Amino acid sequence: MNFKLINSISVSLLVARWKQTLVAAIGVTFSITMFIALLSFMSGLNDMLDGLIVNRTPHIRLYNEIQASKNQPIDLSKEYKGHYNFIRSVKPKNERAQIHNCPAMIKALDNDDRVLGYAPKIVAQVFYNVGDIDLTGVINGVNVDEEARLFKFKDYVTAGNYIDLKNIPNSIILGKGAAEKMLANIGDVVQVTTSKGERMQLKVVGYFQSGIQEVDKVQSYASISTAQKLLGESKNYITDIQVKLKDIAWAPKMAKEYANLFDIEAVDIQTANSQFETGSSIRTLISYAVGITLLIVAGFGIYNILNMMIYEKMDSIAILKATGFSGNDVNRIFITIALSIGFFGGGMGLFLGFGLSNIIDNVPFNTASLPTIKTFPINYNPKFYFIGAVFSLVTTYLAGYFPSRKASKIDPVVIIRGK
Amino acid sequence: MESIILQANKISKYFHDPSTIQVLKEITFSLNKGEFTSIIGKSGCGKSTLLYILSTMDTDYTGDLRIDGVGMRDKKEGELARVRNEKIGFVFQFHYLLNEFNVLRNVMLPGLKLGKYSEKEVEERAYQKLKILGIEKEALKIPNQLSGGQKQRVAIARAMVNDPLIIMGDEPTGNLDKKNTEIVFDIFKELSDVYNQTLLIVTHDNEFANRTHRIIEMEDGRIIRM
Ligand SMILES: Nc1ncnc2c1ncn2[C@@H]1O[C@H](COP(=O)(O)OP(=O)(O)OP(=O)(O)O)[C@@H](O)[C@H]1O
Ligand SMILES: [Mg+2]
Repeated sequence: MNFKLINSISVSLLVARWKQTLVAAIGVTFSITMFIALLSFMSGLNDMLDGLIVNRTPHIRLYNEIQASKNQPIDLSKEYKGHYNFIRSVKPKNERAQIHNCPAMIKALDNDDRVLGYAPKIVAQVFYNVGDIDLTGVINGVNVDEEARLFKFKDYVTAGNYIDLKNIPNSIILGKGAAEKMLANIGDVVQVTTSKGERMQLKVVGYFQSGIQEVDKVQSYASISTAQKLLGESKNYITDIQVKLKDIAWAPKMAKEYANLFDIEAVDIQTANSQFETGSSIRTLISYAVGITLLIVAGFGIYNILNMMIYEKMDSIAILKATGFSGNDVNRIFITIALSIGFFGGGMGLFLGFGLSNIIDNVPFNTASLPTIKTFPINYNPKFYFIGAVFSLVTTYLAGYFPSRKASKIDPVVIIRGK
Repeated sequence: MESIILQANKISKYFHDPSTIQVLKEITFSLNKGEFTSIIGKSGCGKSTLLYILSTMDTDYTGDLRIDGVGMRDKKEGELARVRNEKIGFVFQFHYLLNEFNVLRNVMLPGLKLGKYSEKEVEERAYQKLKILGIEKEALKIPNQLSGGQKQRVAIARAMVNDPLIIMGDEPTGNLDKKNTEIVFDIFKELSDVYNQTLLIVTHDNEFANRTHRIIEMEDGRIIRM
C-alpha cells in the first residue's frame, strides 16, 4: 500500500519534470550503451588476439630440450665430493629430441581427467628446395584428427582439405608464405631436405595460414608418419606432446607436476605467452575504466537533477511531512526517482548497447593475417550486460543518496515560516 | 463531552539566532473535544511558533505536550509523522497543494498514507469532504486552476480526510477576501456544530475570533486570556 503510494508520488514528480528526467536518463543510457559496446568490442578483440595464440598453442607442451647434462662425471666422483670444480665449455651429448618414455606418459595422460586431450607431434627442421635455393623451414608432423579436434587445425587450412593430409601418403600442407615463395600450387610436388641431408618429395594438399606471417613463411604440416619417414625414424619417434586441459588456469601447476613426474621439459601456455595475457588484461582494464568513468559522469547528472528537483519541490516536501509523511517516506520517494532513472536509462542502454555491438559486429574487417575473421569481433558475454545493469543501478542509487537524504531532512517549519 | 484532547504544560521555546530570546514562556492550557478555539495576539507574540509545536512539527521546546493523552516528548520522527497523519489536520495561510496531482488526489494523499482504508474508500471519503466544502465539482481539476478561496477549501478538505482529533489552522483566512473568509468561517462553524470537530485556529481577525467558542489571547509569548 505504502509502497504503491510512494511509487505513485515518485512517478508524478518524474512526469512533472519529464524533460530533465529524460536528459538524466539519456545520460545513463549513453554511458551504459558505450560501456556495453566498448567491453563487447574490446573483449572480442582480446578473444581474437588470444585466439591467435590460444587456439594453436597447447596448454602444456612436453618435450626434451637438448642441453648439457647438469651432472658432469666429476660431480659423481666420491673422491672429490666436497670440492669445488669448474668446467668450462660443456657441450650437450649427441642426444635426439625424442621423448623416451612415451607409452607410459600417454597412459598417464589418458587416466588424468583434468586433461581434455593430447596430440603428439614431431618437429623436423628442413629446407624447402626451390630450384637452386634452399629455404629453411619446419615441418610439424601431426596427428591430423587430434590436431583438428583440439587445436582448430581445420580453421587455419585456408585452401585444400585438411583431411587429405591423413588420407594421401607423403602429403604436405604448406605455410601460406612458404607456398608463395616456392610458387607451389595445390597438387604440385615439392622437395624438402632434412638437416641430415635426406631428400623427400611431398605433394601439396593445402595451405596453412596461422595469422602470424613470420610463422607462415616457415611452418608446414605433414602427418606423423610422413614426418617419421622424412626423418628416417621409427614409429615411436615423437618430439612433443601437446596437452590441452579442461581449464587453462590449471596449466602452470600441472606443467610442474608433469615435469617432475616424467622428468621432461614442460612449458605451460601462461609462461610461454605471458605478453598476451598482460595485453589482454590491460585492454580490459582500460575498457572498464572508460565505462565506469562514463557512468560516474551520468551519476553526477542525476545528482544535479535530483538536487534541482528537491530545491523546486521544497513546498511539496514540507506539506507531505506536515500531513504525516515521515523523513523516511520522503527519502524513499527520491531514491525511487533516482532508481527509476537508472532502471529505465540503464535498460535502454543495455538494449542500445546490444544494438551497437551488433552493428560493430557487422562491419567488415578483412586482414590477410586473420583468415577466419570477416567482421569486427564482438564478444556477447552476458556478464557485461549484468555488470552494466548492476552499475547503472548502483551509480544512480549513490547519485540519489545524498539529495534524498537532504530531502528527508527538510524541516517543514522552516519552509512554512519562509512563506 | 469534557474529554481533553490536547494538553500543553509549561511549554517554553527559545530561539538562539541571532541572540537567545524566549518566544514562548511556560504556555499551559488544554483543549476539550468539540471546542472551537481561536488564538489571537499581536504580530510576533509567538502564535505560529506555538502552533508548530502543538502540531508536533517542531520538537525543539521544553515542557510537555500530550495529544489524546499520549506524551509527545519521547517520540521519534517517524512516530510523530504518524501522529500528525492520524490525529492532526493542518491548514496554513498558504494552501500548499501539489500541482502534480488533481484536487481529489491531493485530498487523498494523507488518507493513502494512513493506509487504514482501501484506495477506493479513501477516494470516496475524500469526495465526501469536498462535498461538505461545496467544491466536489472541482475534484478533477489541478490546483492551479482554482481560485484562492477554492484552494483553501481543498486544503481544509485535505486536513479533514483522516477525521483528525483536531484541526489546526495558522491564519487560514489570511490570504482571503471578506467573502471567502466568511465561507471558510462558516465551514469551520459547521464542522464544529454538526460534526463536533475540535478546532484551534490562529487569526488576526477579531470578528472571526469573537464568533468562536473560546479565545486564547497571547502577548509576548504568554497567554494573557483564555
Ligand atoms: N527561526 C527563527 N529564528 C529566530 N527568531 C524567530 C524565528 N522564527 C520566529 N522568530 C521570532 O519568534 C517570535 C514569534 O514568531 P511567530 O512567527 O510565532 O509570531 P506570530 O505570533 O505568529 O506572528 P504573526 O502574527 O505575524 O504571524 C517573533 O519575534 C519572531 O521574530
Ligand atoms: Mg504567525
